[in-house]
Amino acid sequence: MSLDMFIQQFFNAITLGSLYGLIAIGYTMVYGILRLINFAHGDILMLGAYFVFFGTTTFCLPWGLAVVVAILAASATGILIDRIAYRPLREAPRISALISAIAVSFFIESLSVVLFTGLPRPVYQPEWLTTAFQIGSIRLLPLTLLVPAISFVLVMLLLWMVYHTKPGLAMRAISKDIETTRLLGVRVDRIIALTFGIGSALAAASGIMWALRYPQINPYMGIFPGFKAFIAAVLGGIGSIQGAMLGGLILGMLEIMAVAFLPSLSGFRDAFAFIVLLLVLFYKPTGIFGEHTEEKI
Amino acid sequence: MNSVIRNRLLNVLLIAVLGLFLYWAEHNLDGYKIQILNLIAVNAILALSLNLIYGFTGMFSLGHAGFMAIGAYVSALCVLSPDQKEMMWILEEVVWPVSVIHTPFWFSVLAGGILAALFGLIIALPVLRLGGDYLGIATLGFAEIIRVLIVNATPITNGSLGIKGIPMHSTLLVNYAWLLVTLYCLIRLLNSNVGNVFKAIRDDEIAARVMGVNVFGYKVLSFCIGAFFAGIGGALMGNLLTTIDPKMFTFLLTFNVLMIVVAGGLGSITGSLLSSAIITVLLESLRAVEDPFSLAGFDVPGIPGMRMVVFSLVLLCIILYRREGLMGMREITWNALFRFIDRRKHA
Amino acid sequence: MSTSPLLALDSVTMRFGGVVAVDNLSLHVPAGSVTGLIGPNGAGKTTVFNVITGFYTPQAGNVRFRGETITGRQPHLICKAGIARTFQNIRLFGNETALQNVMIGCHVRQKSAWWMPVLCLPQAAREERAIAEKSLELLKRLDLMIYAGEKASSLPYGAQRRLEIARALATDPSLLVLDEPAAGMNPQESQALMHFIERLRTEFNLTILLIEHDMKVVMGVCDHIWVLEYGKLIADGDAQAIRNNPKVIEAYLGGEDLNSHA
Repeated sequence: MSLDMFIQQFFNAITLGSLYGLIAIGYTMVYGILRLINFAHGDILMLGAYFVFFGTTTFCLPWGLAVVVAILAASATGILIDRIAYRPLREAPRISALISAIAVSFFIESLSVVLFTGLPRPVYQPEWLTTAFQIGSIRLLPLTLLVPAISFVLVMLLLWMVYHTKPGLAMRAISKDIETTRLLGVRVDRIIALTFGIGSALAAASGIMWALRYPQINPYMGIFPGFKAFIAAVLGGIGSIQGAMLGGLILGMLEIMAVAFLPSLSGFRDAFAFIVLLLVLFYKPTGIFGEHTEEKI
Repeated sequence: MNSVIRNRLLNVLLIAVLGLFLYWAEHNLDGYKIQILNLIAVNAILALSLNLIYGFTGMFSLGHAGFMAIGAYVSALCVLSPDQKEMMWILEEVVWPVSVIHTPFWFSVLAGGILAALFGLIIALPVLRLGGDYLGIATLGFAEIIRVLIVNATPITNGSLGIKGIPMHSTLLVNYAWLLVTLYCLIRLLNSNVGNVFKAIRDDEIAARVMGVNVFGYKVLSFCIGAFFAGIGGALMGNLLTTIDPKMFTFLLTFNVLMIVVAGGLGSITGSLLSSAIITVLLESLRAVEDPFSLAGFDVPGIPGMRMVVFSLVLLCIILYRREGLMGMREITWNALFRFIDRRKHA
Repeated sequence: MSTSPLLALDSVTMRFGGVVAVDNLSLHVPAGSVTGLIGPNGAGKTTVFNVITGFYTPQAGNVRFRGETITGRQPHLICKAGIARTFQNIRLFGNETALQNVMIGCHVRQKSAWWMPVLCLPQAAREERAIAEKSLELLKRLDLMIYAGEKASSLPYGAQRRLEIARALATDPSLLVLDEPAAGMNPQESQALMHFIERLRTEFNLTILLIEHDMKVVMGVCDHIWVLEYGKLIADGDAQAIRNNPKVIEAYLGGEDLNSHA
């Protein structure tokens, strides 16, 4: 493979990886706090993309405004899901909440099929994002650079929030011990709602970028990015935001490069992530940045 | 009369009545109704196998679709004649020994179960060290890997084209016979002390280890037995539908089985049986919603996808409002039935 | 007292990260004795139990049982070797009946394989029957017969404690390790517990090692007492010696008078 090709693929990998990372953050934050795999997270991504689609077509909003509205709407959906499907199960066994999450995920997907039809839809792409430019012999889309840049900014903002604001402190406290935090007077359910809101907003943002990069949307588009992002979160160490981003980048790099170097493996592309997951779980279940916890006897 | 002997007689009687009913149904009911009865039996086998793994041993496994795929493919490859296989494999030549295998149906089902159990063993060794939700995700991952393997192993599986025209052997009697075998094995197993050990692992793993239970070993055992019956269920289902392809065996299939188990009650055999019947009938009757129909002179267009909307809502409501499902961990037994009748008499 | 102890710890050290929970600890439990392990909260007593029963592998030192090294062996194998334990916070199989709980304890000595009952082999059926009988017998001896068919989680607290011991006895142990058996008991109940422990030793021919905070119980039943503080052994001896040991008095509340309890 030529160097140019490699650089091209490298940028592709970074783009895909930062999208995985952004989605993974939502998983990692929710898991860090509630020990719940939010199965519906990938579907929020899909909803975000659809909201933009309907914002620009049905409601004739300008693209930029549609994006903002879509992110807010997805964020609200995330909070609503928590309120309806997860909050009543806080005291229940953890697997109950997980089953609830699976049900919500299927509900959103099938409802989307009913409302939006299962047909894939083309997505509007602003021209300035998709006009390729040339650096040396490498052709790049602005989008390819913008996605990692936006992701980076969003992660920085989030890290600042988690480590330098009061709600962020509350989040970290809840992830250590939810009961004690409640006793200290923190309004735990609000902070959890905030977590869902932020995670869903990030998922919607990545869904919108995903739809720009692979300009076709359908009700099932969130499933695989969702799985892979969750795997990225586990790889990075669940509960860690930096870890989620790093895990996403590693996974994106792996997927793109493996197929680029070994085209014969392309049929197995969707299996890579799961193999990575199994390896991580087997050798270091706490991931790269994860903390070790043990059941008390 | 001794209650043990009484119960045994009643069991025989029940099986005889069921047999007569099935014989009658086979000859008098239309194909659609027979298909539903068949599906009930297959779904019951699948639900029982998942209930063993999750409801009785407490391992949250989401890999059922994978085991079913293995069962269905192995069985289909065994019952198809070599000529049929040669005709159907267009993309790539069918590979030896698949090209020459041709076995009776019962053997193909058994082989499907055994291979699924073997895969279960391979999967169990790395993932059963995990607990709870991680186990769920890892098994789900394995099911996906199996699916990707099936798509790519074209010389064996005919790839994404799938297999069509599987000769249909699974009549009502055959399917219910397999269900009875499954039931018999699981009831004997769960009522023995090994069954108690499984339940102990579910209730408190650490205490079980202290009580001398080789927890990992018994988890592997339960997982493999569950995989075995899931493979059998998959084989029967493939035969019932006569067509299989990799797209069938997605997470949705696991979801359906999980829904039946949760709705029936985790850790209840009779619960799984009841809810297999109820949910299968509901799932089929909801098909009507997806087809166009006319209501009071108006033509209502069908709503594709509506079935899943309803069913995900049903599962959501069960988990939110009645987490123990239909039966919880209770069972309907002859003794309980007689106690109930007695009480009614005295009341 | 016999010369070779049933259980012995040879300079066991257990660290968690930087924290030394058990520091170069050596102690032994003579066969047929009731031995106590006491110490203030956080002294590392439960850690010692977890090392003995195989949940932790110590960084240094050895655990010997009947002269055989069992350090780092899996918990279920340690149970098979003949050590059974109870937990500080009761850990029964809550959804199972009292009888099933005890039968699960019997499982470790069961010989028939899992598939035998499925095939209705007569020897398996015979063994299952024997296990049920043995379990009922144990329930009877521990006054739990009336609860045999009840779900374990629905039993009263005292009965749950006894059931946990019954379940441990079902594994045919030679050493029974009790983690705070008197926790949550009132004075009458602890009084009864003392007789019960004495009965266990004689009737079941057991050696007993126990952690306990109730000094009355410890002083009342133990032949020999080991005292831990910050993971280190600070004293050992019989009740009388411990009661008057200034180091021990110092460790407890910087001088809570142990005599007032006795």
